[in-house]
Amino acid sequence: MNAIEETYDAIVVGAGHAGCEAALALARMGQETIIFTVSMDSVAMMPCNPNVGGSSKGHLVREIDALGGEMGKNIDRTYIQSKMLNQSKGPAVHSLRAQADKAEYTRRMRMTMENTEHLTLRQAEVAELIFDDAENTAIDKEKIDVFQGEHPIQVKGIRTKSGATYYAKCVVLCTGVYLNARCIYGDVVNHTGPNGLSAATYLSGSMEKAGIPLRRFKTGTPARIDKRSIDFSKMEEQFGDEKIVPFSFTNTEEDIKREQISCWLTYTNETTHTIIRNNIDRSPLFSGAIEGTGPRYCPSIEDKVMKFADKDRHQVFVEPEGEFTNEMYIGGMSSSLPEDVQYAMYRSVPGLEHAKIVRNAYAIEYDCISALLLKPSLEFKDVDGLFSAGQMNGSSGYEEAAAQGLMAGINAARKLQGKEPIVLDRSQAYIGVLIDDLVTKKTKEPYRMMTSRAEYRLLLRQDNADLRLTEIGYEIGLIPDERYAHFTKKRELIEEEVARLNETMVGANQRIQKFLEEHDSTTLKTAASLADLIKRPELSYEMIAPIDDARSAIYEKDAKVWNGPFAPEIMEQINIELKYDGYIKRQRSQVEHFKKLEKKRIPADICYEDVHNLRKEAIQKLSEVRPKNIGQASRISGVSPADISVLMIYLKA
Amino acid sequence: MIRLTDTIAAIATGMNQGGIGVIRVSGEKAIPIADSIFVPKKKGREIRTLDTYTAAYGNIVDTNGQMVDEVIVLVMKAPSTYTKEDVVEIDCHGGMQVMQHILQLLIGQGARLADPGEFTKRAFLNGRIDLSQAESVMDLISAKSDLAAKTALSQLKGSLRDKIDVLRKNLIHNIAYIESALDDPEHYDLTGFDETLDHLLENMEQEIEHLVRTAEDGKMMKEGICTVILGKPNAGKSSVLNVMTGRERAIVTEIAGTTRDTLEEFVSIQGIPLNIIDTAGIRDTDDIVEKIGVDKSIEAMQQADLILYIVDSSKALDENDYAIMKQIADKNVIILRNKMDLPSVVSDEEIQSYLNKPVIAISAKDQTGFDTFYEALNEMFFQGRLSYNDEIYITNMRHKEALQEALESIHMVRDSIAAGMPEDFLTIDLMNAYERLGYIIGESVEDDLVDTIFKEFCMGK
Repeated sequence: MNAIEETYDAIVVGAGHAGCEAALALARMGQETIIFTVSMDSVAMMPCNPNVGGSSKGHLVREIDALGGEMGKNIDRTYIQSKMLNQSKGPAVHSLRAQADKAEYTRRMRMTMENTEHLTLRQAEVAELIFDDAENTAIDKEKIDVFQGEHPIQVKGIRTKSGATYYAKCVVLCTGVYLNARCIYGDVVNHTGPNGLSAATYLSGSMEKAGIPLRRFKTGTPARIDKRSIDFSKMEEQFGDEKIVPFSFTNTEEDIKREQISCWLTYTNETTHTIIRNNIDRSPLFSGAIEGTGPRYCPSIEDKVMKFADKDRHQVFVEPEGEFTNEMYIGGMSSSLPEDVQYAMYRSVPGLEHAKIVRNAYAIEYDCISALLLKPSLEFKDVDGLFSAGQMNGSSGYEEAAAQGLMAGINAARKLQGKEPIVLDRSQAYIGVLIDDLVTKKTKEPYRMMTSRAEYRLLLRQDNADLRLTEIGYEIGLIPDERYAHFTKKRELIEEEVARLNETMVGANQRIQKFLEEHDSTTLKTAASLADLIKRPELSYEMIAPIDDARSAIYEKDAKVWNGPFAPEIMEQINIELKYDGYIKRQRSQVEHFKKLEKKRIPADICYEDVHNLRKEAIQKLSEVRPKNIGQASRISGVSPADISVLMIYLKA
Repeated sequence: MIRLTDTIAAIATGMNQGGIGVIRVSGEKAIPIADSIFVPKKKGREIRTLDTYTAAYGNIVDTNGQMVDEVIVLVMKAPSTYTKEDVVEIDCHGGMQVMQHILQLLIGQGARLADPGEFTKRAFLNGRIDLSQAESVMDLISAKSDLAAKTALSQLKGSLRDKIDVLRKNLIHNIAYIESALDDPEHYDLTGFDETLDHLLENMEQEIEHLVRTAEDGKMMKEGICTVILGKPNAGKSSVLNVMTGRERAIVTEIAGTTRDTLEEFVSIQGIPLNIIDTAGIRDTDDIVEKIGVDKSIEAMQQADLILYIVDSSKALDENDYAIMKQIADKNVIILRNKMDLPSVVSDEEIQSYLNKPVIAISAKDQTGFDTFYEALNEMFFQGRLSYNDEIYITNMRHKEALQEALESIHMVRDSIAAGMPEDFLTIDLMNAYERLGYIIGESVEDDLVDTIFKEFCMGK
């Protein structure tokens, strides 16, 4: 029998959080797309923590939504608890986090995919990449040298383990942790992906044959414990927020409000730590059985105990995996210790004395690439049409993966449409920071988003993600007209209202002074604008309504579009815009400067060896990263300001 | 950080030239910045009102309105200038301290000290100079950057480096703490942290202010003309130094050989920066401690730009004097015939018959003759016979600029704390202070913050 052969516009390998966004973006942008997964039951699976969002990751989800991605909508409909973190801090670090019903999250995403036009789902293991080379995969040595140079080879499609061939001009790799995956605890090693799903064992070889170097990262997950075996009376209950803020700008609180399910907090203790210390030699991490580099921000409990020996306890968050399961996720205690040690250590924690483990904790090792091989569009520099996103690029986290998946999908579609790629810069989005870091800096561990990585974070808030990105989402074709119209109205209302507040002056008359006295605010000496009053820490846009005479007329005018008085999200923007005006202006002027450098493009064919006076280290780093512009070049470690000056002069000459 | 269009300023004439000193300002704000420190003799000749390629005569004034120097300013407007930007040239009477003062006033008004070769770089990037000149510009930039970097590191005194290291470690630790709490709010709590931080920053402010003063005194780096005081034991070397520095510094006793080691002092004599090394008296000695001092003296002497040779006029010249004079014949030397308060047994002529250099009669005890001595020094400097490495001086200026920026950032953090701003606003300026301090010791920021977060704080679920 002849082998199956089919042709699509685009192929997505892997249906995790990156793959789903990539495939949805491609299909929604009109490209015939097929997505492969090792198991239809693992579409958008959450193999580790049962939540979406959190510090800076929440920002990513809102940005994905503003661009027309799916993650925000999916979690809004499948959450079981929601919290806005850091509410006592500045608006830039407010971060939304929701506990997910894992099964429901997977089910709903799969349903969305199954009902998306131009999208085909296929359960199969992708074993091979096909290039425009006669021998398909066997690229000879000479060819590899070319491959490292300026003339990219073209990807043609993929071949599955069963021998079926699928052709496409673009292939997006979203292989997550599945390439040559090994799950490990104690001396038990399973050559599988998470939850016993089969690993992808052939694709790595095909990539290496093509000259794409791979490296090995690792991560880990804690045990899941049967709810009925837990004594919650010994733990602190953690409630969700009363006021629900949706992730998606298309949802309101009323749309998604529900009864929430609690999480629980308990702590490790000296006994736990002693058990770990006494058995540390049995950990595969310490014995050297695991070679992969793990993330520092997500350390296993044995790492925490050994590294922070002075801490007498560590937090343990006990979180439900869903509404209709008894499995509880033991956050903070990921481990790769042997099964018997796991039992002993979990059972030493208050409330877990009689814990029954449903699934063991384990570490997982996998192949991934260095994202320095990629352009900021997430296309391989040297393989035309091949894109890569998610953990494959050395990142970690569902949100980081989804963000890259969306951008890779968008840019693959744009390539097929013959359009320029969309590259968000560091002043536009956390997504821009994430991708710029990945493709510019040599990450030595799985990369996680953090607010401290965003130098313009006062501008990149979760509350204004729509204002920053909806325009782009609309231009790409992922934001429908109706949503766009609704958005432009919102933007207009904010701009007009901020302008009006800046222009409207109130005098130091009796009525105003009395109002200010009532609110413990200093009385006026001369006339002031309403904006000046809003800037005072003790006042806000809402509070000054009684002395803002023109406001009711405005409410009436826009009552139809925004449902009576201004929606809370509009008032929030007005308050932030005015209250943090000074800081925001400062960051905007920094951004202006930043943009100037980003606009200075470096030709792709530059040979740094030819740049007279460039230091050796700079030549080597620049040749490796091949930055797109002077701004990106200046962020490469080991490239000095003097090198940049020399480079600019060379480019000008 | 790479900055392209801000306003830069630098002393354009070499430091070792006498006569007129030229300070050049270039960039978008060159005219308003220069305008803010210039008072014309004639009303209506303010810099902002001048046409391109016209000059005005007037005074440079400091922020208190005190006159600094009489100057001529020349305004040249974009694009017909060397850099194709607005340029203001300030011609002053020269003198190190005056030029330095004016430059600092310009920086205070928002100009930035130009990087090595930056005027030329701008001229090139703005299309003023042609392609054939590109390579020489690059040579200049890399050579000067190299020199500046080397100078910065080699000249920076160890104790200063340590102080800055401590300040930076402290800063990054606190930034990392705040960031950890923002990243993992369920783990790290910031309640009451503002107060602790404010207190810490108050102390830091004092320390940085102290460092700024040190920089002002020129003590941060060994800048100035390397000057060695020589003379046989008890000729009065330390006493002369004490008069020059205006304080009791070296141990002065009647016993020969009390200066056992070399002492270094920075003084500015009528605007001429001197880095003075006081040496142990040179004589053949058996005292081992003193021997080391004598060896050091000879070494210092060989590296000196200027030698002040002290002769005890109350005692006849001896073998020690002859030995010294022989060794310094081809150096810049001023001979000081000291102890004129005592009956003199040595004449100028006698000394000059061995060493043909200017001799000035002084008494360190009565502090007489120093005016004549300073005049001679001034003459030597402005004739260009004395010079020093001005890269060191420039680096010192940069350090001061960086320190002041760091200080400013810390002020802003404290203002934000006082205004009750949330903690995430604080780290922006804290990070800036960290970066500026790092500049002084040649450290860039890179991934310090993320590294510190993970190293010092236990993160993650």
